[in-house]
Amino acid sequence: MSTIVLAALVPALPALGAVFGLLLGRTAPGFVRPLAVLPTLAATVLAVLVAVRQGGGPALRAATELAPTGNDALAVHLALNLDGFAVLVAVLVGVVASCVQLYSTGYLREDPRYPSYAALVSLFTAAMLLVVYSDDLIVLLVGWEVMGICSYFLVGHYWETPAARSASLKAFLVTKLGDVPFLIGILALASETGSFRISTVLARLTSPLSGTDLAHPTLIALLLLAGVAGKSALFPLHSWLPDAMAGPTPVSALIHAATMVASGVYVVGRLLPVFTASAAALVVLAVVAGVTMTGAALAALAQDDVKRVLAYSTISQLAYMAGALAVGDRGASVFHLLTHGAFKALLFLSAGVLIHAAGTNSLTVMSRTGGLARRVPDAFWTMSIALLALAAIPPFSGFFSKEAVLAAAEHAAFGEEAGIPAAAGWLVLVAGLVTALLTASYAVRLWLLAYRPPVAPPQGAPGPVRARAEADTKAAEGVPEHVPQQAPETALAAPEPVHEKDGQLREPAVMTTVLWVLAVPSLVLGLGFLPLPDWFDGRSLAPTVTTSVLATGVSLVGGLVTYATWRHSATLAAARPHGDPDPGLLLLGPLHRHAAAGFHLDALYTAAVVRPVRGAAQLVRFFDRAVVDTYVHGAGHGARLLGAAVRRAQTGNVQTYLGALLTGTLVLAVVAVLAATGNGGA
Amino acid sequence: MTLAAGHPGFLSPTGVEVVFLLVGLVTLGAAIVTVTTRQLVHAALWLVAALGGVAVEYLLLTAEFIAWVQVLIYVGSVVVLLLFGLMLTRAPIGRSPDADATRRWPALVVALAAAGTLVTVVVDAFRSTWVEVDGAVAGASKVTGVALFRHWVLPFEALSVLLLAALVGAIVLSRRSGDGAGRTGGRRADERGGKGRS
Amino acid sequence: MHLAYPAVLAVLLFCVGLYGVLARRNAVLVLMSVELMLNAVNLNLVAFDVWLRDSLHAGQALTLFTVALAAAEIGIGLAIVLQVYRNRGTSDIDRLRDLREDADPPPSPAHLPLRTDAQETEQELAQQSRENGREQKLAQQGRETSAGGQTE
Repeated sequence: MSTIVLAALVPALPALGAVFGLLLGRTAPGFVRPLAVLPTLAATVLAVLVAVRQGGGPALRAATELAPTGNDALAVHLALNLDGFAVLVAVLVGVVASCVQLYSTGYLREDPRYPSYAALVSLFTAAMLLVVYSDDLIVLLVGWEVMGICSYFLVGHYWETPAARSASLKAFLVTKLGDVPFLIGILALASETGSFRISTVLARLTSPLSGTDLAHPTLIALLLLAGVAGKSALFPLHSWLPDAMAGPTPVSALIHAATMVASGVYVVGRLLPVFTASAAALVVLAVVAGVTMTGAALAALAQDDVKRVLAYSTISQLAYMAGALAVGDRGASVFHLLTHGAFKALLFLSAGVLIHAAGTNSLTVMSRTGGLARRVPDAFWTMSIALLALAAIPPFSGFFSKEAVLAAAEHAAFGEEAGIPAAAGWLVLVAGLVTALLTASYAVRLWLLAYRPPVAPPQGAPGPVRARAEADTKAAEGVPEHVPQQAPETALAAPEPVHEKDGQLREPAVMTTVLWVLAVPSLVLGLGFLPLPDWFDGRSLAPTVTTSVLATGVSLVGGLVTYATWRHSATLAAARPHGDPDPGLLLLGPLHRHAAAGFHLDALYTAAVVRPVRGAAQLVRFFDRAVVDTYVHGAGHGARLLGAAVRRAQTGNVQTYLGALLTGTLVLAVVAVLAATGNGGA
Repeated sequence: MTLAAGHPGFLSPTGVEVVFLLVGLVTLGAAIVTVTTRQLVHAALWLVAALGGVAVEYLLLTAEFIAWVQVLIYVGSVVVLLLFGLMLTRAPIGRSPDADATRRWPALVVALAAAGTLVTVVVDAFRSTWVEVDGAVAGASKVTGVALFRHWVLPFEALSVLLLAALVGAIVLSRRSGDGAGRTGGRRADERGGKGRS
Repeated sequence: MHLAYPAVLAVLLFCVGLYGVLARRNAVLVLMSVELMLNAVNLNLVAFDVWLRDSLHAGQALTLFTVALAAAEIGIGLAIVLQVYRNRGTSDIDRLRDLREDADPPPSPAHLPLRTDAQETEQELAQQSRENGREQKLAQQGRETSAGGQTE
């Protein structure tokens, strides 16, 4: 089979798996698991095969016309574009999706809605693969929207809980809010360049011979950026992502690591020449990226829910990728996308295990329990690896990709990149370094709070802290008061931590296996900076000395400061009855309260959007009730009154009827006579 | 057909006319009493007077056969039937205060209006028409019989069938149904009424 | 003789009968009034027949037919009245109101002027309330039996 056919099968297989999964889910439950796992695995194998065959060479393209649009030049094509970016991202998507599917077989073992869940995950994967491989903007949009609706369903998997319902609605609405300008941007771009084919668009834009120039590059770039911000959770449309934690943990892993959020970055990467055509758009992108990465990192430092920490971390890391794009280096961006996909999937999946073991999402409660590292050693070790990668400590994968981003920013800042504004470079560089500090800080905080046992009380300190902590744990398992939006799976979907053996909680083997499988790329994917430039644009991804030293330095500083603060606050907490060992409190100071609330962006949206909309709805309701209904009721009452009046004539007395009949006859006769004689007599 | 030109006006009535008028007044008076009296049996008896008056008018109009038929059928049988009807429905003997409904005033208005309209029209139309009643008898038995059995045989036979049907119908209606034989009317009426209301 | 005399007499007889039909409460009296109206028509027919003197004697023939029809009508009519009396216990036309349209709220005051007097209205209302009570009782029994079935 040719590479093109293989590539076409990659999105098709999960889609077929999803269709059959939905069809057979109820009738043949035995097929559900194979149907969920096997197509995704096969698609992954094929994606790897495609990547190997493509081998970083020139892009392979194939297209067949899908639908005419009335303009022959603008026909919609079912087109594939296999370049280095596409095949590698597809491999990432496939690997993460396969891991998620495998993990889900264990994680959602007891869930009655597992068949539809697995089918939706497959469909989600298929849509993402379609986005990755597609060479046509409209087909890309189709995959984009299918992802949106799948995320709606998956985030709302536990629809019994109001948190999940509102989170799924929020995710849907916010991403759709970005999709509208995105659609307009696509149409504007296509109408200006005369094609929906991305390769054609890019060729016309980049080739000096074609002479095509966008008339409104800034406008188009900003319109596209709005859609990307919605999908990739960039400020100010990021607020759906932390709430989306209400979904099952594997879904979070899928959304955060490989699909959904990555698609936005990937699309900007594909259309980068459109953005570089406008310096203003790049600066806007850089500002958005800078604000998002630092803000999200600060928020991550203040969150209590493990999954929300990870969610804000994802937002922050996505902003890194966006920053790389803002300085015109999509190689670095996609490199970070790949490594981040690996270690963030690992983080989420291990967090899922951790949450099962602890029975709560709350870091505060975990910090009081302690001993989790012993109970879930696999999760402990893999999560440690992933956190090190996240904190960009060499030689883990995150280090190399983040260095690639920072190096690109440095190049841009010093004006070594043609057409990239230096301001964007400086912005990304400074924000990236600050965020590196914060990233290390919240990674260390997460690790310390989750796994380190509470500090022993100093000599002579009163109070049986251990007993109190355990009592607190038991209380917190019911309703953890610290957690603003408790992910409901502890109550609903927690697969029973079965296999009680040697006093240890054993997670299903498939879950831990997946963790270790994902740990490998988190460890070694960083070395990809050596071969990857051949697959990408050919630009070097090797870390430069200056930024490496700087970034690693600030990371270490952040980590150490956090550790020191933790020692301090944990000691204090142990000494005092209501102390909190959270170092974030001390580090952020007065900022903590705002950061914990996501800098009140939701409150702002509530005030700016939700309340006016509700007011308008009430106005419309009032108008409907008071004005429109009046006419409707008036019509009804009028007919009723008329009926009542007529009903009075129905006395049931024959003589009354006859009298009325005769009276009428008489009147008619008189009229007839008068008419006849009136003519003659007048 | 003769016009009134060569005939006496309304102010100089002939003898027949005088008699006709007098009998007509009696008839009309009897009819009015029939529809206004509060004694039901008296109403039937006054009806006899009214119908008899009409028979006399027929005679005055030289329709002898019709006059005797009127006496035979109306006075002889219909009124008897009505009297039977009154008895069978246990009509009270003597004055019954509720013989007339409260709607008698609207009914009076309707009747007077109808009378006014019709009298106006009739008088206006036939003011000067003269009927010759002094010559040949118009309604002798022979003449009527010849006309009836020569020209009106088919309707006559159809009418006989109608009478038969009416006879059968009256019998069927009057017969008590088997299951209701032992019951008095009152109780059954109560049940029916209740059923009908619900 | 002037044709106006019998014609006017017929008209007046007819209107007297009309009044009787509209105003009388007893069904037998209504039938009597109908007879009066029929006789008015007969008188008209005879008068015009005598005036026109056509060879068919249509007026007199039709009069005879009318008489026969009146006989049939009175027979059937009385039979119906008797049957009604047997079933309802009354031959009062005012009480034969099964065709009445009952208003959803209790009978509107528009009915009342057509009633004969307040006393009878009260009687009727009392009867209605009695019947309503019986219906409610029946409904209650029905509910109880159904509830019993459910509990079983």
